Amino acid sequence: MVIAPPPSRGTPDTGTSADVLRVTNLGVRVDKVPILENVSFQVRRGTTLSIVGPNGAGKTTLFRVLLGLVPHTGTVEWSGPVRIGYVPQHFAVTDVPITVRDFLSFKREAGFEESLAAVGLEAGVLRKRLDVLSGGEMQRVLIAWAVLDRPNVLLFDEPTATVDIGSEDMLYEALNRLEKESNITVLLITHDIHIASRYSDAVLALNRTVRFFGAPSRLSEPNLLMEIFGSGSGLAEHKHDLGSRGFR
Amino acid sequence: MTEVAVYSLVAGISVGFAGGYVGSLMVLKRMALVGDALSHVALPGLALGILFNFNPFLGAFAFLFSAAVLTWYIEKTTRLFPEAIIGVLFVTALAVGILLTPEVDLLEALFGDITTVSLVDALLAVGISAPIVVVARLVYRRVVLSILSEELARSTGINVALVNFVYLFLVTVVVAVGIKIVGTVLVGALVVVPAAAMKNVSRNLSSYALLSGLTGTVSAGSGILLANYLGLPAGPLVVTVGTAIFAGALVAHRIAS
Repeated sequence: MVIAPPPSRGTPDTGTSADVLRVTNLGVRVDKVPILENVSFQVRRGTTLSIVGPNGAGKTTLFRVLLGLVPHTGTVEWSGPVRIGYVPQHFAVTDVPITVRDFLSFKREAGFEESLAAVGLEAGVLRKRLDVLSGGEMQRVLIAWAVLDRPNVLLFDEPTATVDIGSEDMLYEALNRLEKESNITVLLITHDIHIASRYSDAVLALNRTVRFFGAPSRLSEPNLLMEIFGSGSGLAEHKHDLGSRGFR
Repeated sequence: MTEVAVYSLVAGISVGFAGGYVGSLMVLKRMALVGDALSHVALPGLALGILFNFNPFLGAFAFLFSAAVLTWYIEKTTRLFPEAIIGVLFVTALAVGILLTPEVDLLEALFGDITTVSLVDALLAVGISAPIVVVARLVYRRVVLSILSEELARSTGINVALVNFVYLFLVTVVVAVGIKIVGTVLVGALVVVPAAAMKNVSRNLSSYALLSGLTGTVSAGSGILLANYLGLPAGPLVVTVGTAIFAGALVAHRIAS
Protein backbone atom coordinates (compact mmCIF):
# COMPACT_ATOMS: atom_id res chain seq x y z
CA MET A 1 0.00 0.00 0.00
CA VAL A 2 1.35 3.41 -0.95
CA ILE A 3 2.02 5.77 1.88
CA ALA A 4 1.14 9.38 1.23
CA PRO A 5 4.25 11.56 0.98
CA PRO A 6 4.64 13.26 4.33
CA PRO A 7 3.96 16.96 3.87
CA SER A 8 5.43 19.44 6.29
CA ARG A 9 3.56 19.95 9.54
CA GLY A 10 0.29 21.78 9.16
CA THR A 11 0.87 22.56 5.50
CA PRO A 12 -0.73 19.82 3.44
CA ASP A 13 0.37 19.26 -0.14
CA THR A 14 -1.72 20.42 -3.07
CA GLY A 15 -3.17 17.00 -3.87
CA THR A 16 -2.87 14.70 -6.86
CA SER A 17 -5.15 12.94 -9.30
CA ALA A 18 -4.76 9.79 -7.17
CA ASP A 19 -6.68 11.50 -4.39
CA VAL A 20 -10.12 10.10 -3.66
CA LEU A 21 -10.91 13.05 -1.38
CA ARG A 22 -9.74 16.62 -1.36
CA VAL A 23 -10.89 18.99 1.41
CA THR A 24 -10.01 22.67 1.06
CA ASN A 25 -10.43 25.47 3.60
CA LEU A 26 -13.25 23.67 5.35
CA GLY A 27 -15.08 25.59 8.04
CA VAL A 28 -18.04 24.65 10.26
CA ARG A 29 -19.83 26.89 12.73
CA VAL A 30 -22.59 25.88 15.12
CA ASP A 31 -24.51 28.78 16.69
CA LYS A 32 -21.69 31.06 15.50
CA VAL A 33 -19.11 28.99 17.41
CA PRO A 34 -16.30 27.73 15.14
CA ILE A 35 -16.03 23.93 15.28
CA LEU A 36 -13.67 23.55 12.32
CA GLU A 37 -11.59 26.28 10.69
CA ASN A 38 -9.50 26.31 7.56
CA VAL A 39 -9.15 22.53 7.38
CA SER A 40 -7.41 21.23 4.26
CA PHE A 41 -6.14 17.73 3.49
CA GLN A 42 -6.21 15.00 0.86
CA VAL A 43 -6.67 11.24 0.98
CA ARG A 44 -5.19 8.92 -1.59
CA ARG A 45 -7.31 6.12 -2.99
CA GLY A 46 -6.77 2.79 -1.25
CA THR A 47 -4.98 4.23 1.79
CA THR A 48 -5.88 4.66 5.44
CA LEU A 49 -6.05 8.09 7.06
CA SER A 50 -6.29 8.20 10.84
CA ILE A 51 -7.82 11.29 12.38
CA VAL A 52 -6.66 12.03 15.91
CA GLY A 53 -7.17 14.87 18.33
CA PRO A 54 -8.54 15.62 21.79
CA ASN A 55 -12.23 15.47 22.68
CA GLY A 56 -14.16 18.29 21.06
CA ALA A 57 -11.53 18.72 18.34
CA GLY A 58 -14.13 18.45 15.56
CA LYS A 59 -13.31 14.91 14.39
CA THR A 60 -16.88 13.63 14.32
CA THR A 61 -18.04 16.93 12.82
CA LEU A 62 -15.55 16.38 10.01
CA PHE A 63 -17.14 12.99 9.31
CA ARG A 64 -20.59 14.56 9.36
CA VAL A 65 -19.38 17.05 6.76
CA LEU A 66 -17.97 14.24 4.61
CA LEU A 67 -21.35 12.49 4.81
CA GLY A 68 -23.08 15.68 3.69
CA LEU A 69 -24.95 16.11 6.97
CA VAL A 70 -23.60 19.48 8.10
CA PRO A 71 -23.58 22.88 6.37
CA HIS A 72 -20.05 24.16 5.87
CA THR A 73 -17.81 26.59 4.04
CA GLY A 74 -14.89 25.55 1.85
CA THR A 75 -14.96 22.60 -0.51
CA VAL A 76 -15.20 18.83 -0.16
CA GLU A 77 -14.40 17.07 -3.42
CA TRP A 78 -14.79 13.33 -3.91
CA SER A 79 -13.07 11.92 -6.97
CA GLY A 80 -15.05 9.48 -9.10
CA PRO A 81 -18.06 7.47 -7.99
CA VAL A 82 -17.90 7.07 -4.23
CA ARG A 83 -19.89 4.65 -2.10
CA ILE A 84 -19.38 5.43 1.56
CA GLY A 85 -19.76 2.91 4.36
CA TYR A 86 -20.12 4.54 7.76
CA VAL A 87 -19.82 3.26 11.32
CA PRO A 88 -20.99 5.86 13.85
CA GLN A 89 -19.43 6.43 17.26
CA HIS A 90 -22.65 5.90 19.18
CA PHE A 91 -25.13 3.21 18.32
CA ALA A 92 -27.05 1.95 21.31
CA VAL A 93 -30.10 -0.22 20.76
CA THR A 94 -32.22 -0.87 23.80
CA ASP A 95 -35.60 -2.50 23.91
CA VAL A 96 -36.28 -2.48 20.17
CA PRO A 97 -37.54 -5.74 18.64
CA ILE A 98 -35.10 -5.70 15.75
CA THR A 99 -32.90 -8.59 14.64
CA VAL A 100 -29.53 -8.41 12.91
CA ARG A 101 -31.30 -9.58 9.72
CA ASP A 102 -33.86 -6.73 10.07
CA PHE A 103 -31.05 -4.23 10.53
CA LEU A 104 -28.95 -5.41 7.59
CA SER A 105 -32.02 -5.61 5.36
CA PHE A 106 -32.48 -1.85 5.80
CA LYS A 107 -29.57 -1.56 3.39
CA ARG A 108 -29.80 -4.65 1.18
CA GLU A 109 -32.18 -7.55 0.78
CA ALA A 110 -29.59 -10.34 0.62
CA GLY A 111 -25.88 -11.20 0.76
CA PHE A 112 -25.61 -10.82 4.53
CA GLU A 113 -23.55 -13.97 5.08
CA GLU A 114 -20.59 -12.69 3.08
CA SER A 115 -20.41 -9.41 5.00
CA LEU A 116 -20.80 -11.18 8.33
CA ALA A 117 -18.07 -13.67 7.44
CA ALA A 118 -15.78 -10.75 6.58
CA VAL A 119 -16.02 -9.59 10.18
CA GLY A 120 -15.83 -13.09 11.66
CA LEU A 121 -19.50 -13.61 12.48
CA GLU A 122 -21.57 -16.73 11.77
CA ALA A 123 -24.85 -16.53 9.86
CA GLY A 124 -26.64 -17.65 13.04
CA VAL A 125 -26.25 -14.12 14.42
CA LEU A 126 -28.86 -12.95 11.89
CA ARG A 127 -31.64 -14.27 14.14
CA LYS A 128 -30.38 -12.47 17.25
CA ARG A 129 -31.96 -9.22 18.43
CA LEU A 130 -29.59 -6.26 18.38
CA ASP A 131 -30.23 -5.51 22.04
CA VAL A 132 -28.77 -8.86 23.15
CA LEU A 133 -25.48 -8.53 21.24
CA SER A 134 -22.26 -7.91 23.13
CA GLY A 135 -20.38 -4.66 22.45
CA GLY A 136 -17.90 -6.47 20.21
CA GLU A 137 -20.62 -8.29 18.27
CA MET A 138 -22.52 -5.02 17.79
CA GLN A 139 -19.46 -3.26 16.41
CA ARG A 140 -18.79 -6.13 14.02
CA VAL A 141 -22.42 -6.08 12.87
CA LEU A 142 -22.00 -2.33 12.24
CA ILE A 143 -18.89 -2.99 10.16
CA ALA A 144 -20.77 -5.73 8.28
CA TRP A 145 -23.50 -3.13 7.65
CA ALA A 146 -20.91 -0.64 6.43
CA VAL A 147 -19.37 -3.07 3.91
CA LEU A 148 -22.67 -4.64 2.82
CA ASP A 149 -23.05 -2.66 -0.39
CA ARG A 150 -19.33 -2.93 -1.23
CA PRO A 151 -18.28 0.64 -0.50
CA ASN A 152 -14.99 2.05 -1.75
CA VAL A 153 -14.65 4.46 1.18
CA LEU A 154 -15.15 3.54 4.83
CA LEU A 155 -15.61 6.07 7.63
CA PHE A 156 -15.07 4.63 11.10
CA ASP A 157 -15.74 6.85 14.10
CA GLU A 158 -13.86 5.22 16.97
CA PRO A 159 -14.94 1.70 16.06
CA THR A 160 -13.55 0.18 19.27
CA ALA A 161 -14.63 2.85 21.75
CA THR A 162 -17.21 0.66 23.45
CA VAL A 163 -15.63 -2.78 23.28
CA ASP A 164 -13.29 -4.72 25.52
CA ILE A 165 -9.67 -5.43 24.57
CA GLY A 166 -10.36 -8.99 23.39
CA SER A 167 -13.08 -7.76 21.04
CA GLU A 168 -10.81 -4.97 19.85
CA ASP A 169 -8.31 -7.56 18.64
CA MET A 170 -10.97 -9.29 16.59
CA LEU A 171 -12.29 -5.99 15.21
CA TYR A 172 -8.94 -4.76 13.99
CA GLU A 173 -8.15 -8.14 12.50
CA ALA A 174 -11.43 -7.92 10.62
CA LEU A 175 -10.73 -4.36 9.48
CA ASN A 176 -7.22 -5.29 8.40
CA ARG A 177 -8.54 -8.22 6.35
CA LEU A 178 -11.23 -6.11 4.71
CA GLU A 179 -8.80 -3.38 3.77
CA LYS A 180 -6.31 -5.82 2.23
CA GLU A 181 -8.93 -7.79 0.30
CA SER A 182 -11.01 -4.90 -0.99
CA ASN A 183 -8.48 -2.08 -1.57
CA ILE A 184 -10.83 0.43 -0.02
CA THR A 185 -9.99 3.85 1.36
CA VAL A 186 -10.41 4.06 5.14
CA LEU A 187 -10.83 7.17 7.26
CA LEU A 188 -10.55 6.22 10.91
CA ILE A 189 -11.17 8.40 13.94
CA THR A 190 -9.25 7.03 16.88
CA HIS A 191 -7.93 8.05 20.27
CA ASP A 192 -5.40 5.24 20.11
CA ILE A 193 -2.09 6.73 18.99
CA HIS A 194 -0.59 3.26 18.43
CA ILE A 195 -3.43 2.26 16.15
CA ALA A 196 -2.99 5.53 14.25
CA SER A 197 0.77 5.14 13.87
CA ARG A 198 0.79 1.45 12.94
CA TYR A 199 -2.40 1.12 10.94
CA SER A 200 -2.39 4.29 8.85
CA ASP A 201 -0.71 5.61 5.75
CA ALA A 202 -1.27 9.18 6.90
CA VAL A 203 -2.42 10.96 10.03
CA LEU A 204 -4.53 14.10 10.35
CA ALA A 205 -4.34 15.70 13.78
CA LEU A 206 -7.24 18.06 14.43
CA ASN A 207 -7.96 20.54 17.13
CA ARG A 208 -10.45 22.83 15.42
CA THR A 209 -7.75 23.44 12.81
CA VAL A 210 -5.18 21.08 11.30
CA ARG A 211 -2.36 20.62 13.82
CA PHE A 212 -0.55 18.02 11.80
CA PHE A 213 -1.02 16.23 8.51
CA GLY A 214 1.60 13.76 7.46
CA ALA A 215 3.29 10.42 7.94
CA PRO A 216 2.29 8.36 11.01
CA SER A 217 5.94 7.80 11.93
CA ARG A 218 6.05 11.41 13.12
CA LEU A 219 3.62 10.54 15.93
CA SER A 220 6.52 9.20 17.96
CA GLU A 221 7.87 12.75 18.36
CA PRO A 222 6.99 13.96 21.90
CA ASN A 223 6.90 17.62 20.87
CA LEU A 224 4.42 16.90 18.13
CA LEU A 225 2.19 14.92 20.48
CA MET A 226 2.33 17.77 22.98
CA GLU A 227 1.28 20.18 20.26
CA ILE A 228 -1.61 17.99 19.14
CA PHE A 229 -3.00 16.93 22.48
CA GLY A 230 -1.64 19.47 24.94
CA SER A 231 0.04 18.65 28.23
CA GLY A 232 -2.88 16.62 29.64
CA SER A 233 -2.87 14.70 26.42
CA GLY A 234 -5.65 12.21 27.15
CA LEU A 235 -4.51 10.06 24.27
CA ALA A 236 -4.81 6.31 24.57
CA GLU A 237 -1.87 3.97 24.38
CA HIS A 238 -2.63 0.35 23.86
CA LYS A 239 -0.68 -2.33 25.53
CA HIS A 240 -1.14 -4.79 22.69
CA ASP A 241 1.67 -5.90 20.53
CA LEU A 242 0.08 -4.53 17.40
CA GLY A 243 2.88 -5.80 15.23
CA SER A 244 1.95 -9.35 16.09
CA ARG A 245 -1.51 -8.71 14.60
CA GLY A 246 -0.04 -8.06 11.22
CA PHE A 247 -0.53 -4.31 11.22
CA ARG A 248 2.03 -2.19 9.53
CA MET B 1 -76.63 -7.15 15.68
CA THR B 2 -77.89 -3.80 14.43
CA GLU B 3 -76.65 -2.09 11.29
CA VAL B 4 -74.99 0.60 13.37
CA ALA B 5 -73.19 -2.06 15.39
CA VAL B 6 -71.87 -3.67 12.19
CA TYR B 7 -70.73 -0.28 10.88
CA SER B 8 -68.99 0.52 14.14
CA LEU B 9 -67.37 -2.92 14.20
CA VAL B 10 -66.05 -2.51 10.65
CA ALA B 11 -64.77 0.98 11.45
CA GLY B 12 -63.26 -0.16 14.76
CA ILE B 13 -61.47 -3.18 13.30
CA SER B 14 -59.90 -1.21 10.44
CA VAL B 15 -58.91 1.78 12.58
CA GLY B 16 -57.69 -0.61 15.30
CA PHE B 17 -55.30 -2.29 12.87
CA ALA B 18 -54.04 0.99 11.40
CA GLY B 19 -53.69 2.48 14.90
CA GLY B 20 -51.73 -0.50 16.19
CA TYR B 21 -49.50 -0.59 13.11
CA VAL B 22 -48.63 3.13 13.18
CA GLY B 23 -48.51 3.02 16.97
CA SER B 24 -45.71 0.45 16.82
CA LEU B 25 -43.52 3.20 15.38
CA MET B 26 -44.69 5.70 18.01
CA VAL B 27 -43.66 3.38 20.82
CA LEU B 28 -40.24 2.80 19.24
CA LYS B 29 -39.87 6.55 18.83
CA ARG B 30 -40.75 6.94 22.51
CA MET B 31 -43.60 9.20 21.50
CA ALA B 32 -46.34 7.21 23.21
CA LEU B 33 -47.49 10.10 25.34
CA VAL B 34 -46.96 12.52 22.47
CA GLY B 35 -49.57 10.58 20.51
CA ASP B 36 -51.90 10.79 23.45
CA ALA B 37 -51.42 14.53 23.80
CA LEU B 38 -51.62 15.11 20.05
CA SER B 39 -55.09 13.59 19.99
CA HIS B 40 -56.40 16.35 22.23
CA VAL B 41 -55.37 18.93 19.65
CA ALA B 42 -58.31 17.67 17.58
CA LEU B 43 -60.84 19.08 20.04
CA PRO B 44 -61.05 22.67 18.70
CA GLY B 45 -61.45 21.24 15.17
CA LEU B 46 -64.29 19.01 16.32
CA ALA B 47 -65.87 21.99 18.06
CA LEU B 48 -65.73 24.14 14.93
CA GLY B 49 -67.33 21.31 12.93
CA ILE B 50 -70.15 21.05 15.45
CA LEU B 51 -70.60 24.83 15.68
CA PHE B 52 -70.56 25.53 11.94
CA ASN B 53 -72.30 22.34 10.90
CA PHE B 54 -69.61 20.62 8.83
CA ASN B 55 -68.10 17.17 9.30
CA PRO B 56 -66.23 17.37 12.64
CA PHE B 57 -63.73 14.81 11.30
CA LEU B 58 -62.53 17.38 8.76
CA GLY B 59 -62.08 19.98 11.50
CA ALA B 60 -60.27 17.48 13.69
CA PHE B 61 -58.00 16.44 10.84
CA ALA B 62 -57.21 20.08 9.93
CA PHE B 63 -56.20 20.87 13.52
CA LEU B 64 -54.23 17.67 13.96
CA PHE B 65 -52.42 18.14 10.68
CA SER B 66 -51.58 21.77 11.49
CA ALA B 67 -50.28 20.69 14.90
CA ALA B 68 -48.21 17.92 13.31
CA VAL B 69 -46.70 20.29 10.73
CA LEU B 70 -45.96 22.84 13.44
CA THR B 71 -44.35 20.16 15.63
CA TRP B 72 -42.29 18.85 12.73
CA TYR B 73 -41.16 22.34 11.75
CA ILE B 74 -40.25 23.43 15.28
CA GLU B 75 -38.44 20.13 15.89
CA LYS B 76 -36.53 20.57 12.64
CA THR B 77 -35.55 24.19 13.21
CA THR B 78 -35.06 24.39 16.98
CA ARG B 79 -33.59 22.19 19.68
CA LEU B 80 -36.93 21.62 21.36
CA PHE B 81 -38.03 17.99 21.75
CA PRO B 82 -41.45 17.03 20.35
CA GLU B 83 -42.71 16.39 23.89
CA ALA B 84 -42.22 20.03 24.83
CA ILE B 85 -43.83 21.35 21.66
CA ILE B 86 -46.80 18.97 21.84
CA GLY B 87 -47.15 19.74 25.55
CA VAL B 88 -47.70 23.42 24.80
CA LEU B 89 -50.03 22.73 21.85
CA PHE B 90 -51.99 20.14 23.82
CA VAL B 91 -53.01 22.30 26.76
CA THR B 92 -53.75 25.26 24.50
CA ALA B 93 -55.91 23.18 22.16
CA LEU B 94 -57.70 21.49 25.03
CA ALA B 95 -58.52 24.84 26.64
CA VAL B 96 -59.74 26.37 23.37
CA GLY B 97 -61.65 23.19 22.46
CA ILE B 98 -63.53 23.02 25.76
CA LEU B 99 -64.42 26.72 25.49
CA LEU B 100 -65.70 26.28 21.92
CA THR B 101 -67.49 22.92 22.15
CA PRO B 102 -71.17 23.12 23.05
CA GLU B 103 -71.65 21.40 26.41
CA VAL B 104 -74.14 18.92 24.99
CA ASP B 105 -71.60 17.63 22.44
CA LEU B 106 -68.57 17.74 24.72
CA LEU B 107 -68.97 14.19 26.06
CA GLU B 108 -69.14 12.68 22.57
CA ALA B 109 -66.11 14.68 21.45
CA LEU B 110 -64.13 13.57 24.48
CA PHE B 111 -65.13 9.91 24.58
CA GLY B 112 -66.51 9.11 21.11
CA ASP B 113 -69.88 7.62 20.27
CA ILE B 114 -70.14 4.50 18.17
CA THR B 115 -73.92 4.63 18.19
CA THR B 116 -73.71 7.38 15.59
CA VAL B 117 -71.37 5.55 13.18
CA SER B 118 -72.96 5.54 9.72
CA LEU B 119 -72.22 3.50 6.59
CA VAL B 120 -70.28 6.47 5.24
CA ASP B 121 -68.26 6.65 8.46
CA ALA B 122 -67.46 2.93 8.23
CA LEU B 123 -66.43 3.16 4.57
CA LEU B 124 -64.40 6.26 5.34
CA ALA B 125 -62.62 4.43 8.17
CA VAL B 126 -61.75 1.46 5.92
CA GLY B 127 -60.84 3.72 2.99
CA ILE B 128 -58.48 5.77 5.13
CA SER B 129 -57.04 2.97 7.28
CA ALA B 130 -55.93 0.82 4.34
CA PRO B 131 -53.70 3.47 2.71
CA ILE B 132 -52.35 4.40 6.17
CA VAL B 133 -51.09 0.84 6.63
CA VAL B 134 -49.70 0.69 3.08
CA VAL B 135 -47.78 3.97 3.47
CA ALA B 136 -46.63 3.03 6.98
CA ARG B 137 -45.27 -0.25 5.59
CA LEU B 138 -43.42 1.64 2.87
CA VAL B 139 -41.67 4.03 5.28
CA TYR B 140 -41.41 1.62 8.23
CA ARG B 141 -37.76 0.61 7.83
CA ARG B 142 -36.67 4.17 7.15
CA VAL B 143 -38.42 5.45 10.27
CA VAL B 144 -36.88 2.70 12.40
CA LEU B 145 -33.38 3.33 11.06
CA SER B 146 -33.74 7.07 11.74
CA ILE B 147 -34.85 6.16 15.28
CA LEU B 148 -31.79 3.94 15.78
CA SER B 149 -29.34 6.47 14.37
CA GLU B 150 -30.21 9.61 12.47
CA GLU B 151 -26.64 9.85 11.16
CA LEU B 152 -26.69 6.28 9.90
CA ALA B 153 -30.05 6.86 8.23
CA ARG B 154 -28.86 10.05 6.57
CA SER B 155 -25.63 8.39 5.47
CA THR B 156 -27.70 5.89 3.46
CA GLY B 157 -29.51 8.70 1.67
CA ILE B 158 -32.67 8.70 3.77
CA ASN B 159 -34.34 12.10 3.97
CA VAL B 160 -34.96 11.94 7.72
CA ALA B 161 -37.01 15.16 7.81
CA LEU B 162 -39.31 13.89 5.05
CA VAL B 163 -39.67 10.47 6.66
CA ASN B 164 -40.53 12.09 10.00
CA PHE B 165 -43.09 14.27 8.27
CA VAL B 166 -44.76 11.30 6.57
CA TYR B 167 -44.78 9.44 9.87
CA LEU B 168 -46.38 12.38 11.71
CA PHE B 169 -48.94 12.69 8.93
CA LEU B 170 -49.88 9.02 9.37
CA VAL B 171 -50.23 9.52 13.13
CA THR B 172 -52.44 12.53 12.48
CA VAL B 173 -54.77 10.69 10.14
CA VAL B 174 -55.10 7.59 12.28
CA VAL B 175 -55.80 9.69 15.38
CA ALA B 176 -58.42 11.74 13.49
CA VAL B 177 -60.20 8.57 12.30
CA GLY B 178 -59.93 6.91 15.71
CA ILE B 179 -61.63 9.83 17.47
CA LYS B 180 -65.01 8.72 16.16
CA ILE B 181 -64.60 5.35 17.86
CA VAL B 182 -63.01 6.16 21.21
CA GLY B 183 -62.99 9.97 21.43
CA THR B 184 -60.17 12.44 21.85
CA VAL B 185 -59.35 11.41 25.41
CA LEU B 186 -58.79 7.72 24.66
CA VAL B 187 -57.62 7.68 21.05
CA GLY B 188 -54.01 7.87 22.21
CA ALA B 189 -54.51 4.50 23.86
CA LEU B 190 -55.73 3.03 20.56
CA VAL B 191 -52.31 3.64 19.03
CA VAL B 192 -50.11 3.11 22.08
CA VAL B 193 -51.48 0.12 24.03
CA PRO B 194 -51.32 -2.54 21.25
CA ALA B 195 -47.72 -1.67 20.37
CA ALA B 196 -46.67 -1.48 24.01
CA ALA B 197 -48.21 -4.94 24.53
CA MET B 198 -46.39 -6.53 21.60
CA LYS B 199 -42.97 -4.90 21.89
CA ASN B 200 -41.47 -7.42 24.27
CA VAL B 201 -43.04 -10.53 22.84
CA SER B 202 -42.08 -9.86 19.21
CA ARG B 203 -39.06 -11.67 17.80
CA ASN B 204 -38.42 -9.30 14.95
CA LEU B 205 -39.55 -6.05 13.42
CA SER B 206 -42.12 -7.36 10.96
CA SER B 207 -43.82 -9.56 13.57
CA TYR B 208 -43.87 -6.58 15.94
CA ALA B 209 -45.64 -4.36 13.40
CA LEU B 210 -48.10 -7.08 12.41
CA LEU B 211 -48.87 -8.19 15.97
CA SER B 212 -49.40 -4.57 17.04
CA GLY B 213 -51.92 -4.12 14.22
CA LEU B 214 -53.70 -7.37 15.07
CA THR B 215 -53.81 -6.46 18.77
CA GLY B 216 -55.37 -3.14 17.81
CA THR B 217 -57.95 -5.01 15.75
CA VAL B 218 -58.77 -7.45 18.56
CA SER B 219 -58.97 -4.63 21.14
CA ALA B 220 -61.26 -2.48 19.02
CA GLY B 221 -63.42 -5.37 17.84
CA SER B 222 -63.83 -6.91 21.29
CA GLY B 223 -64.40 -3.55 22.94
CA ILE B 224 -67.17 -2.63 20.50
CA LEU B 225 -68.85 -6.05 20.79
CA LEU B 226 -68.72 -5.83 24.58
CA ALA B 227 -70.14 -2.30 24.42
CA ASN B 228 -73.07 -3.63 22.39
CA TYR B 229 -73.80 -6.44 24.79
CA LEU B 230 -73.23 -4.52 28.01
CA GLY B 231 -74.69 -1.19 26.91
CA LEU B 232 -71.56 0.61 28.01
CA PRO B 233 -69.48 3.19 26.10
CA ALA B 234 -67.13 1.54 23.57
CA GLY B 235 -64.07 3.78 24.04
CA PRO B 236 -63.24 2.76 27.60
CA LEU B 237 -63.96 -0.91 26.80
CA VAL B 238 -61.62 -0.85 23.77
CA VAL B 239 -58.89 0.53 25.98
CA THR B 240 -59.68 -1.95 28.77
CA VAL B 241 -59.40 -4.93 26.40
CA GLY B 242 -56.12 -3.53 25.06
CA THR B 243 -54.79 -3.15 28.58
CA ALA B 244 -55.80 -6.74 29.42
CA ILE B 245 -53.81 -7.94 26.38
CA PHE B 246 -50.90 -5.75 27.51
CA ALA B 247 -50.97 -7.35 30.98
CA GLY B 248 -51.22 -10.83 29.45
CA ALA B 249 -48.23 -10.17 27.16
CA LEU B 250 -46.26 -8.84 30.09
CA VAL B 251 -46.91 -12.00 32.15
CA ALA B 252 -46.18 -14.25 29.13
CA HIS B 253 -42.88 -12.46 28.54
CA ARG B 254 -41.91 -12.80 32.20
CA ILE B 255 -42.69 -16.51 32.20
CA ALA B 256 -40.86 -17.08 28.89
CA SER B 257 -37.73 -15.27 30.06
